[in-house]
Formats: sequence, structure tokens, C-alpha cells
Amino acid sequence: MSATEPEAATRGGAPAASGVAPAVAVEPTRRRTRAFGRRGRGGRGEGGARLTWRKALRRDWQLYTFLVVPLLFLLVFRYLPMLGNVIAFRRFRPGGSIFGEEWVGLYYFEAFITNQQFWTVFWNTVILGGLTLLICFPLPIVLALMLNELRSRRYKKLVQTISYLPHFMSIVIVAGLVLQLTAVNGTVNQVVEAFGGDAVAFMQRPDWFRTVYITSEVWQTVGWGTILYLASLTTIDSQLYEAARIDGANRWKQTWHITLPGIRPTMMVLLILNIGSFMAVGFEKVLLLQNPLIYSTADVISTYLYRVGIQSAQFSYGTAIGLFEALIGLVLVLGANGISRRVTGASLW
Amino acid sequence: MTDTVTVDPLATGPDIGAVRREGGAIKDGTGYRVFRVVNALALTLICLVTLYPFLNLVAKSFSSEGFIAAGEVNLIPRGFNTATFSAVMGDPLFWTNYRNTLLYTVVGTVIAMAITTTYAYAISRPRLKGRTFFVGLAVFTMFFSGGLIPNYILVANFLGWRNSMWAIVVPGALSVFNLLVMKSFFENFPVELEEAASIDGMSTYGVFARIVLPLSKAVLATMTLFYAVGLWNSWFSAFLYLDDKELFPVTVYLRNLIAAATGTESVTGGAGGDAVQIGANIQSVTMLLTVLPIICFYPFIQRYFVSGLMLGSVKG
Repeated sequence: MSATEPEAATRGGAPAASGVAPAVAVEPTRRRTRAFGRRGRGGRGEGGARLTWRKALRRDWQLYTFLVVPLLFLLVFRYLPMLGNVIAFRRFRPGGSIFGEEWVGLYYFEAFITNQQFWTVFWNTVILGGLTLLICFPLPIVLALMLNELRSRRYKKLVQTISYLPHFMSIVIVAGLVLQLTAVNGTVNQVVEAFGGDAVAFMQRPDWFRTVYITSEVWQTVGWGTILYLASLTTIDSQLYEAARIDGANRWKQTWHITLPGIRPTMMVLLILNIGSFMAVGFEKVLLLQNPLIYSTADVISTYLYRVGIQSAQFSYGTAIGLFEALIGLVLVLGANGISRRVTGASLW
Repeated sequence: MTDTVTVDPLATGPDIGAVRREGGAIKDGTGYRVFRVVNALALTLICLVTLYPFLNLVAKSFSSEGFIAAGEVNLIPRGFNTATFSAVMGDPLFWTNYRNTLLYTVVGTVIAMAITTTYAYAISRPRLKGRTFFVGLAVFTMFFSGGLIPNYILVANFLGWRNSMWAIVVPGALSVFNLLVMKSFFENFPVELEEAASIDGMSTYGVFARIVLPLSKAVLATMTLFYAVGLWNSWFSAFLYLDDKELFPVTVYLRNLIAAATGTESVTGGAGGDAVQIGANIQSVTMLLTVLPIICFYPFIQRYFVSGLMLGSVKG
């Protein structure tokens, strides 16, 4: 969703690779009760009597001045562009109003739905997003479990420090490294040739793009992805393990019956977030890695939108596509959240 | 006197972690012992694979073009030289852009911290009427936002910030994640402290500046790092809004270098002209110089990031 928005993706506060940060509960149920407990406290005076706005402003006017700049910021840089989405339904003229000139209904939506190229990038997005989810979601769990089995505290710390490192690299650096390693004379091809194969021009072959992209995504995100799992592993009651040992459960059975159920709430929350950012597959990275020779697999909705919307200045057409993408993202996250709440009881809110 | 000898395990609270570490009453099976060795080896391998691209980068930075072109540079520099460093560092544009990155990072971080801190403090006070609304206003933007193009129109056309530093440092100035982390930190602040101060005649501003901020140094440092690293690494907004080379941050400088080199490569069909190889060489040095500050600070800042992420996820 928000990865189509340049700032959210580039500097969404760094901890999350995607714009949607996991600012949500590892222990969702607890958070819910806390939020519930707090409800209704705001806006009550010392006596517990209902406070009118006039009185609240007079009493806390200094506190409200803290809100002036942030609210102005949100209004201009978050809500104005949100309203600006209206140009998906209106014709926009450069130099004219930012909300467009005249209504054209679903003209731009029809334009991309009947465009064959749009469907190519749509399916590319679904496949790339699906593969990312399928591979990059479970691997941090596996790595966290592996780290958890280490007995040397110092060694564990070392592995963690090294595996977090790629997360701190700029996407430009990551893309640069990928392009160098996959170059005809790069390390990957050196290995291929050492095993008697022929060098492959990876970044000129559409059939290789997905493999290259997913591999780089694994390299960049898996280590950092373990943090929340490692945190939730420490909250599992160690008496459970002891009891299981006494019952004769081996390590594998302990992992399966105690560890995995123990981190399930974390898994669900992260899964929901991953599903929510499904359509926004690493826009910046794809943009940096792709080239016209491999558009047939490497072009995704967000990069297509960038090309037609910004580079060819078809603002309304691009906005319609962006809105479509954002709505799918919203539906996915709400849907995943609803299903998760019903099935496992874990949810974002 | 057996009673005094038998220690109630529950009363003393046995160190179950230690029991687990020692293997407990039941000894680990051979299978598990094999697994542990394999596991440790696998993790070592993962570390090596993670580090390899960086080591390769360093090796390439000090190698001559000929050896890189022949595909002979892995971990050890071949044809050792520092000429590439001189070449890159001799480019005045590189230093201009490096300085820009520094400037954008500092200005952007200051703006972002100002907005985040004041907003977080206001919405963390239970006495603020309309608190839920003000929180919701920020949280909603996490799930739905104006897309790329409405943002672009706003910044480039409406505000006229094309080729302006403000396009880089202002639009991203609030991360809702950071806001929620800070809010939950301020919420744990004892209200009594502020009440006492206000009874002594201190204004809200005084409380904020002289009590709250000095006691929040840890979270302020963490948030500053979040924003600063994000800004240091960012490239897309600069790529989008800036045309003037003199204004680019170093990430865009690097991006253009890579794009130029790979562009040549696809034209020559991967046969590899000299231009490409010099590119690979210079690319490596530029990349190395760009990541150097991050790598140097990394060991010290890493734990702040981890603790910030945990704070946000557990209490957000």
C-alpha cells in the first residue's frame, strides 16, 4: 500500500522493510484490553465530569499548541494526497488544480482494465508478491529457531549482528551488489563455471529475474525478521519444556508442540502485515534492478505506474492504477485480519 | 531432620534455563547432538554468505579492472591499487553529493524529531480531549495513503518544491511507527512528576522541555537513529524531485553510476567493454564510501534499533 508513496517506502522509520511497520502487538489480546481500559479517560476533568471543548482548550491550550504543526503536516502531506486520489476520476491538467478539471467517471479505470500490458504487470506482481510471501515469511521463523538452539550466547550474538547488517543498507547499495554479483564476470557466474556450466547473463534473462529478486530479498530481510520471533521465544514458559521432557518428548516434539504454538500470535500478526504489503512488492528494489530486456517478468504494478504516471506524465491514468493497488492492499489486510481473528484469535486491533 | 535437607524446588525456584542448557535429567539423544553440530555449521555458513557481498565489494575496490573483468576477484584483491579511490575521491561532484546527504540527513532528522516528539507527547497525555481522534488520524495513514502520483503533484506542482531540499526532508517527516513507539514511552511517564512541576508553577512547555525531554534521552536517541539511517539511505524522493546534479544525495549519484554501467552492459550484450569494467571498479569504491559511515556506526547503533523495534511492537 504505502510503498507506492515514496517517503513511506524510503524512510518509513527504517525498522520495517516495507512502509507498513509492525507497530502492532506481539501480544494482541493484551494490547486490546489495554486500549479498552484506557477508553474514555481522555476528555475527562479531575472530577470525572465531561469536559466541553471550550473548557478543554482553555485549560490545556498549551498542550494543544503541540498539535498544531503535526496536524498541519498530516493534513498537507497525508490527507491532501489522499483527497488527490480523486484525479483518478477527473481529468488532470498540468498547471491546473491538483484535484483535476472535470469528471470523467471510470474512464481511466476502463483504460487500464482493457490494457493488456496492465494485466501482464498485474500477474507479475501477484507472482512476485506470492513468492516473496511464501519464501520470505517462513524463513525468519526457521532462522530464529536455529538461533534459539545455540548454546553459546556469544556466538548467537555474533550471528545476529551479522545477519541484521543487510537491513541497514540502502536499497541502492543492495541493488548495486546484486547487479555486481550476477554480472557475467560476477561471483555467481564464477561458481557456475567452476561446476562446468556456462556463464549466464542473469539480468538480461526474464526467466531469472524472480530467482534473483527473491534471493536478494532473503539476504536482505531474513536476519532482521528474526528479532520479533526471538523476543517472543523468550516469553515461552520454560516449565512447559521441562514438563515435556519428563513426558519423554524429544527436541523436535518440543519444538513442534511448545515452541511453535508459543510464537503463533507473532506469526499471525506478521503474516497479516506481509499479506497487506503483498501488492506493493519492493517497488524501489524492482525499479533499480529491472531493465527493458526483462520487463516481461520484472515489471510490476508500482514500477509500471511510475513509468506511465510520472515519466509519461499520464497523471490521472497512473492515479487510477495506484488507487486500484491501494484498495487491493486494504482489502487484503482487512481480510487477513478478519480471518485470523476468527480462526486464531490474533489480530492487529 | 530430613525435612530441612529436602529443599522445596518451588520455593527456591530452580534455574530451569540452566537445567535445559545442561541437558537436564534426560540426556540429549545422539540425533540431537548431531543436529546441534549441523545447526552451528549451518549458521556459520549463513554468516559467511551474508558477509560475502561486502567482502567482495572491498576486494573489488582495491583490485585493478583487468582482474575484475576476467572474473578473478572474490575475497582477495587482485592487482592491488588505490587508484580507484583517488579517482572517485577526486570527483568534486561526489563530495558535493556526499555533503548533500549529510545536510539532508541532519535537517530531515531535526524536522522529523520535532514533529514526532511534540505529536507523541500531546497524544500521550490522558487529559488531552479528543485524544483517540488524534491518534486515529495518524494511524489511519498507515493503512491508506495517497499514492505516488497525488504525492508527486502535491510536492512538485502545488508546493513547487522541484529541485528543492524541502522535497526530500519534509514529506516523509513523520513515521507513524516511530510516533507510536514514542507515545507508548511517554505514556509510562509518572503523571505525578508533571503534576508536582505544574503545582510549582511550571507551564506545559516547561514540563516538556525541562522534565520530559531530559528523562527521555534513550528513546530520543533511538528515534533519531531511525530517522537518520532512513534519510541517509533514501534515494527515491531525491530521484523523483531533483534534476540538478549539484543537489543529489550520494545515493542518487551511485544509482546513476550503476544505471550508466549496466546500460552499457545491456547494449554490448554482456560482452563487457572497458567502460563497464571501470564502472564496476568505481561502483565498488563509491558503494564502499557510501556504506562506510553506516558500517562504522553499526556495531554501536544496532542495539538501539533492536530495542526500538521491540518497544514498538510490544507496546504499540
